[in-house]
Amino acid sequence: MLLIHCPYCEEDRSELEFRWAGEAHIARPENISAISDEEFAEYFFLRNNEKGLTYERWRHIHGCGRFFNAARDTVSDRFLTTYKAGMPKQPLPETGASEKTVETYEATEGDAR
Amino acid sequence: MRRYSVFAVAREAMRAHKGWEAQWASPEPRSAYDVIIVGAGGHGLGAAYYLAKEHGITNVAVIEKGWLGGGNTGRNTTIIRSNYLYEESMDIYEHSLKLWEGLSQDLNYNVMYSPRGVMMLSHNTHDMQSFKRHINANRLYGIDNEWLTPEQAKAYVPPLDIAKTARYPINGAALQRRGGTARHDAVAWGYARAASDRGVHIIQNCEVTGIRRGPNGEVLGVETSKGFIGAKKIGVSAAGHSSVVMEMAGVRVPLHSTPLQALVSEPLKPIFPCVVMSNTVHAYISQSDKGELVIGAGTDQYNSYSQTGGLQIITHTLDAICELFPIFRRVKMMRQWGGITDNTPDRSPIQGITPVPGLFVNCGWGTGGFKATPGSANLFAHLIAKGEPHRLAAGLTLDRFRTGRLIDEAAAAAVAH
Amino acid sequence: MSASSNSGTFRIKGAGRLTPARTARFTFDGKSYTALEGDTVASALLAHGVHLLGRSFKYHRPRGILSAGPEEPNALIDVSRDAARRQPNVRATVQEVFDGAKIASQNRWPSLKFDVGAVNNLFSPFFAAGFYYKTFMWPREAWVKIYEPFIRRAAGLGVAPTEEDPDHYANRYAHCDVLIAGAGVAGLTAALSAAATGASVFLVDEQPEVGGALHYDTATTIDGQNGYDWAQATAAKLKAMPNVTVLTRTTVFGYYNHGFLGLVERVTDHVAKPGKDLPRERLWQVRAKKVVLATGSIERHMVFANNDRPGIMLASAARTFLNHHGVAVGRQVGVYTAHDSAYEAAFDLKRAGVSIAAIVDCRADPGEALLAEARALGISVLSGHSVTDTGGRLRISSMTVARNGGGDARKIPVDALIVSAGWTPSVHLFSQSRGKLRFDDVNQRFLPNIYAQDCVSVGSCNGTDDLAELIDEAIAAGGGSVALAGENRFEWTGGMIGAAEGAGPDTTVKAFVDFQHDVTAKDIRLAVREGMHSIEHIKRFTTNGMASDQGKLSNMHGLAIAAEMLDRPIPQVGLTTFRAPYTPVTYGTLVGHSRGELFDPARKTPMHALETAEGAEFEDVGNWKRAWYYPKRGEDMLAAVNRECRTVREVAGVFNGSTLGKIEVVGPDAAQFLNLLYTNAWDSLKPGKSRYGIMTREDGFVYDDGVVGRLAEDRFHVTTTTGGAPRVLHHMEDYLQTEFPHLKVWLTSTTEQWAVIAVQGPKAREIIQPFVEGVDISNEVFPHMSVAECSVMGVPARLFRVSFTGELGYEINVPADYGPAVWKAIWERAEPMGACLYGTETMHVLRAEKGYIIVGQDTDGTVTPHDAGLGWAVSSKKPDFVGIRGLKRPDLVRENRKQLVGLLTKDPAVVLEEGGQIVADPNQAKPMTMLGHVTSAYWSENCGRSIALALVAGGRARIGETLHVPLKDRTIEVEVTDMVFFDKDGGRIHG
Repeated sequence: MLLIHCPYCEEDRSELEFRWAGEAHIARPENISAISDEEFAEYFFLRNNEKGLTYERWRHIHGCGRFFNAARDTVSDRFLTTYKAGMPKQPLPETGASEKTVETYEATEGDAR
Repeated sequence: MRRYSVFAVAREAMRAHKGWEAQWASPEPRSAYDVIIVGAGGHGLGAAYYLAKEHGITNVAVIEKGWLGGGNTGRNTTIIRSNYLYEESMDIYEHSLKLWEGLSQDLNYNVMYSPRGVMMLSHNTHDMQSFKRHINANRLYGIDNEWLTPEQAKAYVPPLDIAKTARYPINGAALQRRGGTARHDAVAWGYARAASDRGVHIIQNCEVTGIRRGPNGEVLGVETSKGFIGAKKIGVSAAGHSSVVMEMAGVRVPLHSTPLQALVSEPLKPIFPCVVMSNTVHAYISQSDKGELVIGAGTDQYNSYSQTGGLQIITHTLDAICELFPIFRRVKMMRQWGGITDNTPDRSPIQGITPVPGLFVNCGWGTGGFKATPGSANLFAHLIAKGEPHRLAAGLTLDRFRTGRLIDEAAAAAVAH
Repeated sequence: MSASSNSGTFRIKGAGRLTPARTARFTFDGKSYTALEGDTVASALLAHGVHLLGRSFKYHRPRGILSAGPEEPNALIDVSRDAARRQPNVRATVQEVFDGAKIASQNRWPSLKFDVGAVNNLFSPFFAAGFYYKTFMWPREAWVKIYEPFIRRAAGLGVAPTEEDPDHYANRYAHCDVLIAGAGVAGLTAALSAAATGASVFLVDEQPEVGGALHYDTATTIDGQNGYDWAQATAAKLKAMPNVTVLTRTTVFGYYNHGFLGLVERVTDHVAKPGKDLPRERLWQVRAKKVVLATGSIERHMVFANNDRPGIMLASAARTFLNHHGVAVGRQVGVYTAHDSAYEAAFDLKRAGVSIAAIVDCRADPGEALLAEARALGISVLSGHSVTDTGGRLRISSMTVARNGGGDARKIPVDALIVSAGWTPSVHLFSQSRGKLRFDDVNQRFLPNIYAQDCVSVGSCNGTDDLAELIDEAIAAGGGSVALAGENRFEWTGGMIGAAEGAGPDTTVKAFVDFQHDVTAKDIRLAVREGMHSIEHIKRFTTNGMASDQGKLSNMHGLAIAAEMLDRPIPQVGLTTFRAPYTPVTYGTLVGHSRGELFDPARKTPMHALETAEGAEFEDVGNWKRAWYYPKRGEDMLAAVNRECRTVREVAGVFNGSTLGKIEVVGPDAAQFLNLLYTNAWDSLKPGKSRYGIMTREDGFVYDDGVVGRLAEDRFHVTTTTGGAPRVLHHMEDYLQTEFPHLKVWLTSTTEQWAVIAVQGPKAREIIQPFVEGVDISNEVFPHMSVAECSVMGVPARLFRVSFTGELGYEINVPADYGPAVWKAIWERAEPMGACLYGTETMHVLRAEKGYIIVGQDTDGTVTPHDAGLGWAVSSKKPDFVGIRGLKRPDLVRENRKQLVGLLTKDPAVVLEEGGQIVADPNQAKPMTMLGHVTSAYWSENCGRSIALALVAGGRARIGETLHVPLKDRTIEVEVTDMVFFDKDGGRIHG
């Protein structure tokens, strides 16, 4: 179970209190009624699904109720930072940005020759 | 290829089994192939097999970054059924089920397809309406699926608790008798052996790191950890990693990859005859030929490639299992594990052409990929060979997300795979 | 007879730590035995000379006790207290004896000594690894009917319980600064060190007492004290500290993300008469800031021909049985080893009076110190020799010893053979934490290398063999400072992995790698020959490491044999993944209290008890319990519903609508916000009025619906479907917080703040009139779709003039606590007037008579408002709302979409089946072209016939057409109609 830092409560809380809310920094087009079918599909369906660093939204649904953003490594599931909704992508901590993805044991097993 | 049979086994028994040959070759890659398939899971290996068998295309390589069958093929809970709601789904899953029925003989490899029945439990009026909608649609489409009363369900699955006092009492069930299970590893191995026998190259421990494109955007081949390998046609069948591979060709697919967990119990003497699923309480369970209770747990809520998940997912699943089968409370969990499922917005797969000439995609099978293996592989081979989808897979295109013509099994019934 | 001989003839007086006076009786396969308190089933049976405990999985070979701990692959038993408390597949080496325990062997028939299944052993040449993939394919049907049932019956070890478990299980959550897994020397030292810093510490060990290897290792002293005694004293000291929790009989079974660990504490399985209040086991879920892994290591067996006979066991196990339980594993014991540790076992046995046949050491040059000690004790050491075979049927009777490379073979009688191929560090938890291992070439073992979480490995699980170094490492890991000095007698060296002499390549002997699954060295070689070159393939093909011990003994041997065949270094062959749990965990423990009512606590409305008293039957709607119908004496469901339906339309009915989701939308921009979230326009809605609203997501499909009342310019009372309330609020919050944060709006869930009492029917006004104050509810002043804040029975209330029945109706919202009182008063007035109570079924019928839809039943997430006939509710004037673009997509504006219509059966007495599929030509061949399906179907007492709603392709253009609904046993002819079956002009609602 993940341990998640809520930037509003400024607390590390158990994942049970949170709900994942998809990729972050996808703004609803202001002229949404005018965009093309392709643009709509891109906005509504297409997601990066990164293997590695991802920016995502969480909601502290059983806490303060706020949505916020997080940077997480989808291979190690380690959080690099969390920050409030509406803020731009945050600079990542030194170690987080430079450190290579922590490979899982399973990943090395995949390399088994 | 030496045929497998009881006689071959007997002969080998007499000489300490020293005469068996490698089930598949492990060649060095050629500089180019007619077709490259990325991902040596059941779907990819099967597609290679059917390319060779049904389309005469044998200059094929299946490239795998780990060991063949090591992704979701080797991690799932092996449920096979075809009682889906929409025509697009019924077409492909029933095509698959029919292939399952003769797969061991076709491959000369016992994949242990076991039509022991898949039972879905109904707990409330909404479930009943939804299941009957499925049953009626299935029947008119020529697919078996029948309604059982709680008493009939219990007769089929004696450990089932049908007490009205249960928190979510059972008010009936849908049973597909032809549904069941198969031995997952054997499916990958059987396809690998049969494809290899027809000349297909299976290249393991070879990671695709890029897709090279020509002046008109068409594919030229793949960059790999073993160097560049050319091909005019590339089929991507990389399950949870499909986004990563497709991104190499600049194609974005509407997927999100989440951990799906499962667990098995210690081995027990036969106690449980079929597959039982309940969507209302979120559980599915069967018993393997080795005697383990095989239990599918839920997905973790977030995107992850970690192949592990939280304990709370497991405990929640066992809560449900022990509600349905209170006699299992003293049984023990022996092993839990996770896979990475690639999920589309409508929970139906994507199989089709892409905006990149020569690049074909087969992904988004979510939690339902195993049962589709032969059908998906067979139709993917058709797609790659002909350059256009087979009639039975025509609805699975990427374009549906533009037009809105979704195949939303989940919305229709909230039925997990 | 003395107490000690009473507890077994192999019990050695003066040996071990158990108290001879404290005995317990148990039975094994019906025969009664006496044990000492503190015995495991294994030690107790060994004390009586019983070595045969079970049969193997595949060949049904007689098997004994291999280990003294949780790694045991062979000695799996069935333990019961009573019929309902029966536990299969228990490791005899872990289960403590309790008075009255009934123990049975498994996987044998008719008896352990004579097992018919053992015939498999004769046919074993056929049953090579993976043989089933190659046969049983013909004829096709035979797999299902003959072969598979046969294989299934043969497989499986224990027998599943057949009764519901009467025991209960507890669950605790905890947080700590440091969790230490393992309480041997390393773990105890780390705990002392960590505790000294004031940190909150959990020290956890799977055994009944702390000490780890000190259970058998009597040669080690700490601070001059006997090691085991030091361990107990240290544990007592730690337990007395307020910041330390010491848990024994507790296994850390899983190491999950972000310092989250799963522990299982066995509370009563060792107790003869457990108190009723005690849970059988307790699940601990601990979040630790830091984890210290002091999990030790596990001794490996030697892989040689017929290495599986009862009486063959690990050297450390024999030493545990002797030094802890006071039991000799035989009278004439052979030793076969590649590692020094077995020497100390032989020395201890010899000193206790057991004859040592010989120490057979496959190494050419064992250490001089050991040889000297052996000489001093008169033990013969055959270095450079191997055991190449064993004899005996149900127990080992001899070992065949030969010089390495052959020659000089001789048979030596033994009644036990203790073996050691060296030690495998227990890196299971480290690997579960997703740390990366490295291979230690010198000592042939995998060790922790790169950590993925805040944890540290200490002691032998970290490859630290030297005691002084181990203590320093553990102190450092604890973060504090402690002064400790340890001393042991011998430095251990040696070890091997893979097949030993005589079981190497080109042999066909059964040299077992994985005991429980009967995987032999030659099986692993066969797998490699068949092209299985990845260790995962080898594991899956042979099932090596897949038994209930999960390869604790077999993995390294299997890997080494594969590496040898492949001619590759071991790290290149790889290692299979370690997964939780470390040892099997009872489902019940993971479930804890989440059973029955607590599995998913039912939500009940404030009036639930009153409804129950009125005889209501309930149905589950989401996690709510809703009154379904109110049968009177002698009525079945249909009769009750018919009566309720008639009564509502003729007189009136009272209905509990409390489960409806309610969201208070407040703020100066509230109307603007609703404009964006609903398809309707809200600006024009005046305070005091309400409107039916449709919510879509961006994709344009109907997501939820409900009546929204405007109480003031800046205040809306929004209702949602019963099941939809949480997701609708989440959806609203998402947009409010992230897309429209500039809007000044506040959202509050009020679902459970209001009890809702609906009164519907011609006499509705008359019924509620006397209770209502503060608003004129006359038809003129308070027409349909009015809303007002007022008081009902003196209670502040929100009164809606609204109808889901098509009748004159009101919904009274009062604060939840007042619900029962108001409900009671209204019902007391309504009942004498001829009104009824009605439930959800009648509500469903009445709304269907009027063609009102139920989201989730008549729509399914693929239906647009236009499809549902609700196009009027989609504003064409608004510049934006959620769903505006999705609704314009090509497929959503396509002709011939499925549309909601009414269906009337040609035979009015026939009620359609909900979920029935609709076709134009019932005689067409399968697969048929289906036009849609029946979403709602009821007998309508008010219409005197059946009615139905259906989604039909191009439905509205088909009104008047005849279509067909083929069911399993008949086909029903229907006519497509509009959706209103009763009071088509809708006059009654305004009554």
